[in-house]
Amino acid sequence: MTATQLTVPQPIRRPVRPPGVSGASGQVALRALRKYFRTPGLWIMGIVQSAMFLFSFRYVFGGAIHAGPTSYVDFLVPSYVATIVLFTGGGIAVAVAEDKVQGFTDRLLSLPVPRYSLVLGRTLADSATNLWSVVTTAAFGFLFGFRLLGSWQEGLAALGLCAVYAVVFTVVFIVMGLFAPNAQAAQGMSLIAFVFAFISSAYVPATSMPGWLQPFSKYQPITPMVDAVRSLLVGSTSDVGLALAWSALLIVMFTPIAVIRYRR
Amino acid sequence: MSAGTPVATDPRGPAAPLLQARGLTVRFGRVTALDGLELTAPPGQVLAILGPNGAGKTTFVRAVATLVRPTSGELLVRGRDVVREAASVRRDVGLAGQFAAVEPTMTGRENLEMTARLFGHGRAAARQAAAAVIGQLSLGEVADRRAGTYSGGQRRRLDLGASLVGGPRLLLLDEPTTGLDPVSRREVWDAVRGLAASGTDILLTTHYLDEANELADQVVVIDHGRVIATGTLSELKASIGRDRIDVTVSDVRQAGAVGDILERVTMNPARIDPGSRHVTAAAPGGPAELAAVIGCLEDASIAVDEIGLRRPTLDEVFVTLTGDTDIDRAPAAAGQTKNRRAR
Repeated sequence: MTATQLTVPQPIRRPVRPPGVSGASGQVALRALRKYFRTPGLWIMGIVQSAMFLFSFRYVFGGAIHAGPTSYVDFLVPSYVATIVLFTGGGIAVAVAEDKVQGFTDRLLSLPVPRYSLVLGRTLADSATNLWSVVTTAAFGFLFGFRLLGSWQEGLAALGLCAVYAVVFTVVFIVMGLFAPNAQAAQGMSLIAFVFAFISSAYVPATSMPGWLQPFSKYQPITPMVDAVRSLLVGSTSDVGLALAWSALLIVMFTPIAVIRYRR
Repeated sequence: MSAGTPVATDPRGPAAPLLQARGLTVRFGRVTALDGLELTAPPGQVLAILGPNGAGKTTFVRAVATLVRPTSGELLVRGRDVVREAASVRRDVGLAGQFAAVEPTMTGRENLEMTARLFGHGRAAARQAAAAVIGQLSLGEVADRRAGTYSGGQRRRLDLGASLVGGPRLLLLDEPTTGLDPVSRREVWDAVRGLAASGTDILLTTHYLDEANELADQVVVIDHGRVIATGTLSELKASIGRDRIDVTVSDVRQAGAVGDILERVTMNPARIDPGSRHVTAAAPGGPAELAAVIGCLEDASIAVDEIGLRRPTLDEVFVTLTGDTDIDRAPAAAGQTKNRRAR
């Protein structure tokens, strides 16, 4: 072997330097996006699911829910858009767990990429797909009869806050995927998000729940997060500070876990 | 020796050993995967790490690829420490694992270009590297199809290709043909041989003895996280020494009687494999003992299909080295027609 090594040069050059953070993150993100949009089951089912749930709440359960002075569709749609990523985010946890089990994460870790570009790339891509869910869901909201009560700027501000949540929960679901031993477990773990979504003021007024349940509803992050979106739509900023504080706390808590966990 | 020891030559030059492990220990909780492993491997070769499942092969490869941190001891890859100089080790090493880690929704070319970019190539250089690998591994016909449509062998070759686009100095192949059908195994073997011929150093793990036989210049046998033998294949076989008498009986019911004859003549235990009707025993006396066995068989009027003297196979070497009498623990023994004779 030694003799041939001297006579036949390596046909493939070695890169001059390892990739930078932006380049590496970009490639990681590009691949995740390609996977998402080239797997019709992922993005079509995401749209169908969000439309079906909204349809059911709006037209099936909605008639039986009394949301105070506002009509139920106006009560429901803002919070539904704000929490949609809790329902679609399970796909992120599954994708992360699959990468780990199927050796893709090992391949990435064996490459000379900056370690945190794995989390950054993943977060960029999944935030983008989550944003896509947010926007399509908002469109369905209008289709099913939601109308802005305030100005379009206020509507845009509310949508912007939903976008912040999309990024926050992306990181949370990435961490879930990293802790799940396999894809099925990741799917199961992501159901925890349902608990937070349902036991909040998102779909029914919290005051309609039994007294022992109300403290959980009141002090968990989803309630102020959806209330803040509702506030912005009518030109108020009530709960917005609390919602942003929760968002910041979740990001600060989960990002380091994701970065550290990815190395293992 | 530490990484900082001054060396007269370029630490990346041909003088630095490809791999140098000193007291390399890796523990996962209570499980000790590598237990003070010692190994020095020169560059310029295909090195096979051989051992039963759970011997520590995969852990060793993962340590070389910087995916597992040693609990104690040290491991140098081309003179670079896998912990302190992990970043530069990663630039030197290409890993292809047991699982083909390619993205099924991307084409072969897209997969290769992505990995090339992640090695640090710019766009144009990545395209060039991908094209070179596609040529090298004969993936041209399928390069622009999605990897999800590939056959098992094609996917494994693409995975191999992905580990090559960064121009690695050392290619790590962890059980490169596990789970492949015989045709696909041949494809991968041919690819590996081609790479070795073009001068890439290769470290592969396998529990297929015939795979080591086909590909490796040097073999390291590990068990329970330690090296128990190293050398070329013929050295290993020679160190076990002793030719073996191998008899294929016509009637499997007489295998026991043949075993008795072999043991009487060679004074060594005979091994009987009823499935293939083989009876073997080490024969230190060589041809003389063979002649004696033939005489005894004639006297006993036992018909045989085949009888002969041969070198021990790797299976037998392996069993002798690991001191393991249950050959099934060496999974390679199962289903490998090439080594069937060994039993």
